[in-house]
Amino acid sequence: MARRSDNKTVTFGDAAAVTSRPLWGLLGVITLFGAWFLTTTAFGFPEELKEKYAAVAEENAITAAEARGEPVDFDGLSDKDLFVECQRDSANCDNETSYSQLVSPLSFPSIPDTIGAAGEIFTEGYQNFSIWEHTWASLWRVLRGMFWGSFVGIPVGLAMGLSSRARGFFDPLVEGFRPIPPLALLSLFVLTFGIGDKAAVPLLIFASLWIMIIAARAGVRNASLPKVRASYSLGASKGQLLRKVLIPNALPEIFTGLRVALGVSWGTLVAAELTGVQDGLGAMISQAKNFSRLDVIVVGIVIIALIGVMMDGLIRLLEKILIPWQGKG
Amino acid sequence: MKALSVQNIDMVYDLPKGGSVHALSNIEFDLEGGRLLTLLGPSGCGKTTLLNIIAGFLGPTSGEVYLGEEKITGPSEDRGMVFQQGALFEWLNVSKNISFGPRMKGARKSDYLPEVDRLLDIVGLSGFGDKQIYELSGGMQQRVALARCLANDPDMMLMDEPLGALDALTREKMQSLILHLWNDTGKSIVMVTHSVEEALLLGDKVFVMAPRPGRIEKIYELPFAHRALTEDPREIKKGADFQEVKEEILSFIWEMEEEIMGRDEA
Repeated sequence: MARRSDNKTVTFGDAAAVTSRPLWGLLGVITLFGAWFLTTTAFGFPEELKEKYAAVAEENAITAAEARGEPVDFDGLSDKDLFVECQRDSANCDNETSYSQLVSPLSFPSIPDTIGAAGEIFTEGYQNFSIWEHTWASLWRVLRGMFWGSFVGIPVGLAMGLSSRARGFFDPLVEGFRPIPPLALLSLFVLTFGIGDKAAVPLLIFASLWIMIIAARAGVRNASLPKVRASYSLGASKGQLLRKVLIPNALPEIFTGLRVALGVSWGTLVAAELTGVQDGLGAMISQAKNFSRLDVIVVGIVIIALIGVMMDGLIRLLEKILIPWQGKG
Repeated sequence: MKALSVQNIDMVYDLPKGGSVHALSNIEFDLEGGRLLTLLGPSGCGKTTLLNIIAGFLGPTSGEVYLGEEKITGPSEDRGMVFQQGALFEWLNVSKNISFGPRMKGARKSDYLPEVDRLLDIVGLSGFGDKQIYELSGGMQQRVALARCLANDPDMMLMDEPLGALDALTREKMQSLILHLWNDTGKSIVMVTHSVEEALLLGDKVFVMAPRPGRIEKIYELPFAHRALTEDPREIKKGADFQEVKEEILSFIWEMEEEIMGRDEA
């Protein structure tokens, strides 16, 4: 089988000889799911104890469903229902029942529960919003935050790269605000701006603003002196230099900034949606926490991860189309 | 073409830690229009500083430079620049790079496109107009830089080691191209180079400069540039007359370098 490092005799330590092997990637994913399966799903609730708890558990499950105002649609007990009853009945449930799973369904959801929750969320939605509404609400929040962060940040960054006064004026502000984790501002923003989007969007703006300032500043400062001098010698005015040379030349750095800002914003999302918004993936997760819906939490996390990967891919694609010269020549 | 007049230029840089460097001292010369002047010398002799002053990127500490009747106070399209590398705009294709100057003056597509095609033909890049800069080799990129400079029809072309980043074979081809451009357009050229051979072959006038303070130490008027238009440049370089001047300048530069090293040790 041909390998890329075919004729190299020195490969250990040669970074170019190390490439990602898709098959090993598959193995990594299988290992992850295998561990999940083994620790939460494989062994199930012990058969011999099911009878002891089944009747009461069934009753409880029906009562709970009625209390939530949901239709009683009962077709068998889950391991989780049995486990809840077992724990309620005996303070020492784990020992008494020799409950055999490594991780109880109350600490981490099993694979079937999670798949069930995913099905439920995708068909019925969660907490009065469909999954698409939750996802779009989150995306829209992050996009608004990044738009305003860029709208303010890019001109400020450009000014900092072009003028000593602007550099001096903004330097202490940028250096002072940049290290503050957005989460640390959560409570302050809620009290200052109000609950819901009034605080969530400013928080996301805060997350991307400093990144975009620094990216635009780096982009301008990276302009090579020959390019600038050649432009003037070709008769460009200052305005033309800015529009036709400095800004296009800064695009690679600005795109890198966008990618970083997107990552940070998306990572701040759950925190931003703790400000009392009703819709959004982060809100969905924090509400699911209140009802101990571990399965919903995991589904929410997986959706956030997938969308994060897709958006990063989208920006990479845009980079390839808009700045094809990057990393070449 | 307009004559260049450099009048009593002094350039003193203040160092951040105190003290100063006398980069150029009492530089004075006139260059008739249509000459090809090459500037040669060890590093630190101020040849690039002198070029930048002529280009208008630097203002001299004292003294004045005139192109024709006009005093040079800053960069302008009557003095085009060609840099060693990195001065082309990667986000524009070859045509847009070449037409950059005319477009900054508001030229319309119908005006500049025929001119771009003509220039592409002159520098040997016919049909490359739609290529992206990063798709071109180093030599082709320098051809684009020359065409971009010519598109503005400047009085004078200033070149800062334009062939310094090219391999030896490409370099020889580009030397011929520059010579023919010079001959066909009649433009004045001032070129900084590290290569003694290149300076002698291309310069119909050569300044050998010396450092501390930067000054013009020797001036040569040479026939090789004109001869290379019709004869094989390789044969010219092999000639006894060429070798003689080359050896003279090399040993002169060697002496200067040794003198500098000695002074550093003391």
